[in-house]
Amino acid sequence: MIAELGHFALVLALAVAVLQTVVPLLGAARGDLVWMALARPAARVQCLLVALAFGALVWAFVANDFSVAYVAQNSNSALPVFYRVSAVWGAHEGSLLLWVLLLGLWTSAVSYRSAGLPPAFVARVIAVMGLVSIGFLLFTLLPSNPFLREIPPPANGADLNPLLQDPGLIIHPPMLYTGYVGFSVAFAFAVAGLLGGHLDSAWARWARPWTLLAWAFLTVGIALGSWWAYYELGWGGWWFWDPVENASFMPWLIGTALIHSLAASEKRDVFKSWTVLLAIAAFGLSLLGTFLVRSGVLTSVHAFATDPARGVFILAFLGVIVGGALALYAWRGPGTLRGADYALTSRETFLLANSVLLSVATATVLLGTLYPLALDALGLGKISVGPPYFNAVFVPLMAPLLVLVGLGQEAHWKRDRLARLARPLRYPLIGTLVFVTGAVMMLDPGHRLEAWLGLALATWVVAATAGAIVQRCRARRQPWFALFTLPPAFLGQCLAHVGFAVTVVGVTLVSLYGIDKHVRMAVGDVTELAGVQFEFVGAHELEGPNYTGTAARFAVRRDGALLTELQAEKRIYTVRGMPMTEAGIAPGLTRDLYVALGESLEDGSWSVRLSAKPFVRWLWLGALLMAAGALLASRDPRFRRARARRPATLPGDDGARRAQG
Amino acid sequence: MRYALPLGLFVLVVILLAVGLELDPRRVPSPLIGKPLPAFEMETLAEPANMLSRADLDGRPYLLNVWASWCVACRQEHPLLVELARRGTITLIGLNYKDTRADALAWLADRGDPYRLSLFDADGRLGLDLGVYGVPETFFIDAEGIIRHKHIGPLDAGAFERDIAPLIERYGDGS
Repeated sequence: MIAELGHFALVLALAVAVLQTVVPLLGAARGDLVWMALARPAARVQCLLVALAFGALVWAFVANDFSVAYVAQNSNSALPVFYRVSAVWGAHEGSLLLWVLLLGLWTSAVSYRSAGLPPAFVARVIAVMGLVSIGFLLFTLLPSNPFLREIPPPANGADLNPLLQDPGLIIHPPMLYTGYVGFSVAFAFAVAGLLGGHLDSAWARWARPWTLLAWAFLTVGIALGSWWAYYELGWGGWWFWDPVENASFMPWLIGTALIHSLAASEKRDVFKSWTVLLAIAAFGLSLLGTFLVRSGVLTSVHAFATDPARGVFILAFLGVIVGGALALYAWRGPGTLRGADYALTSRETFLLANSVLLSVATATVLLGTLYPLALDALGLGKISVGPPYFNAVFVPLMAPLLVLVGLGQEAHWKRDRLARLARPLRYPLIGTLVFVTGAVMMLDPGHRLEAWLGLALATWVVAATAGAIVQRCRARRQPWFALFTLPPAFLGQCLAHVGFAVTVVGVTLVSLYGIDKHVRMAVGDVTELAGVQFEFVGAHELEGPNYTGTAARFAVRRDGALLTELQAEKRIYTVRGMPMTEAGIAPGLTRDLYVALGESLEDGSWSVRLSAKPFVRWLWLGALLMAAGALLASRDPRFRRARARRPATLPGDDGARRAQG
Repeated sequence: MRYALPLGLFVLVVILLAVGLELDPRRVPSPLIGKPLPAFEMETLAEPANMLSRADLDGRPYLLNVWASWCVACRQEHPLLVELARRGTITLIGLNYKDTRADALAWLADRGDPYRLSLFDADGRLGLDLGVYGVPETFFIDAEGIIRHKHIGPLDAGAFERDIAPLIERYGDGS
């Protein structure tokens, strides 16, 4: 009964979404304020209905209603209750429902936080988001309905995929999806602007906080995914250039370009054409990611539910949404998107270079992801593109980006001179060279060039960021007091750039200096790695709620003194009969020690994988700093002040296609 | 014109993806195709005392269907298998995979038993040798015991007509 209620709520939500799209769009075209005003309540009602449906599915999982086929396929009565809740988004149907719910929440948020915006603009934004919602609701109701019954019901469920039975996986998908879906706001702003023929710096100012927020969520989501892969997949890798990882990374790269391009569009009314294109691309790539993951076009460890019929649907939907937006861009762009002038040496140029580099990086990832598909489509055979390609093309693109971060922060808007720019940057530059050369010589007498380069670039970013803060404060009358009055947007920018540098340090050091050792160990054996001794203390049987297995204990000593004890587990999840590895990890700010249990060998010994991962935590720490920076920047009161200052009514701004200065 | 460029690029990508949909990345040729069925010594589901080996099955082509009572997707293909057995289209041998004997027998009693016999692979050893990575999977094995085709996922009438019927045509139906 509850499942049917959920199903019914979803159908109603679809009807409301149609209203939410059609009526406000017509209203905006005719200048009818009443029709436009329908947008906000429709968006909220739609969100409420989807929330009801989502609640019904959660209930079906918690109550072990195995007559619902989706529950039977992804849950089990032995599954702990918090995993039963997270199993809701453990497979295709439920994750789509989560997608729609998050879209509803973002749309509602827009409806509440858009008081100062022109009504026609708000109506169009909400209508465009409604259109996206229609597509996803249809997709949920038709080829992937989570509420279908299976009569007679099986006695028990097939259990949640054991890979997903993990705290990291409870929050990773919601974070990632919140980021993906959040880019629909920037997309809707871009389309609404194109429809209205009115894109100015105010438009960019409205779009900025939403985009920053979405980007922050996506950053956290990707970092969580990487962290999960590190401790759960059992071989200590943190990024695999897997198609599904790429699918989340591409919107992130373009989103990064977008938040920088938006800043320039807001401050200087430039790059509007770029910004609009990036906004369309960021959301388009989010949809493409959904397509790649769900359609079965690419094989991947993540593609747990693939189905060509679904692929056709998403592809058609992608064609309508992104194709429509790009057609609109081709049609309305030429008249709407002219911007201001700037000199070659200016912050604008550096930001443009940043966008171009990030877009090229995205294109290389897209190419690597789709290339095997293209070859297959042309009948040239099946190949797979692995990490060697991605590392070879991606890393060289990031190096100039890091140089630019330092330059861009110092450069003036509109016009600058290289000679002037060199003055504030010389201290960061000298500081970087001295510090890094010293550090590398101390850490690694054989000093490898890559390590030197990676650390130097990261230090340069931090030093230049510090320099930018000093510059800002010195311009004020009371420099020390000024430090506390810097605008959140600027502080957020600094925080995010430092975070980027922290991640670069992590990537450089763990890639160059991480060591692994595969050994065969019996109880009592000692193996030395990276200056510490791992002793296999003993093994015992495990009995979990829905798994059994073996736990092996290791004592880690340095020169006889006990550092820590680690427990590595090998679990067999009984319902699916799937073996899983739980690595034993001693985390540390400068080094992780990592033990994973392989196969048990005939004589009672085990194959064991031991690793030392220097600075691996910095990867995720940096990502958190980046997300915190974006969050802080999105709270800048300027975005809200500016909004309230705008005239409240601008009906029929179609005609207001003034030439922009 | 430059404003239309992104649209053009996007259309190209969509065409590529549409073509890609027609292809099936899971139709990776199994390394076992053209190789003999791995050797085994295994009890049957119905009679624990009855040990069978590969040679006992040779001499006629058959479908080896990997199934389990805990497998929801197996319910989907089961009516087709029952129908194939009823019509005598081809001999079906079951491989009951990582299951318990009681559950498996009850499951067959409920839904009908299309198999001439089922091998009882409780620890999944033969499944491992066969490279089974999801249940159900179905193998076509010819009279010499050579694997000719592997189908991943529930078998449906379309896949049967497309992939398996021609093999029956070629290698005989086992009767």
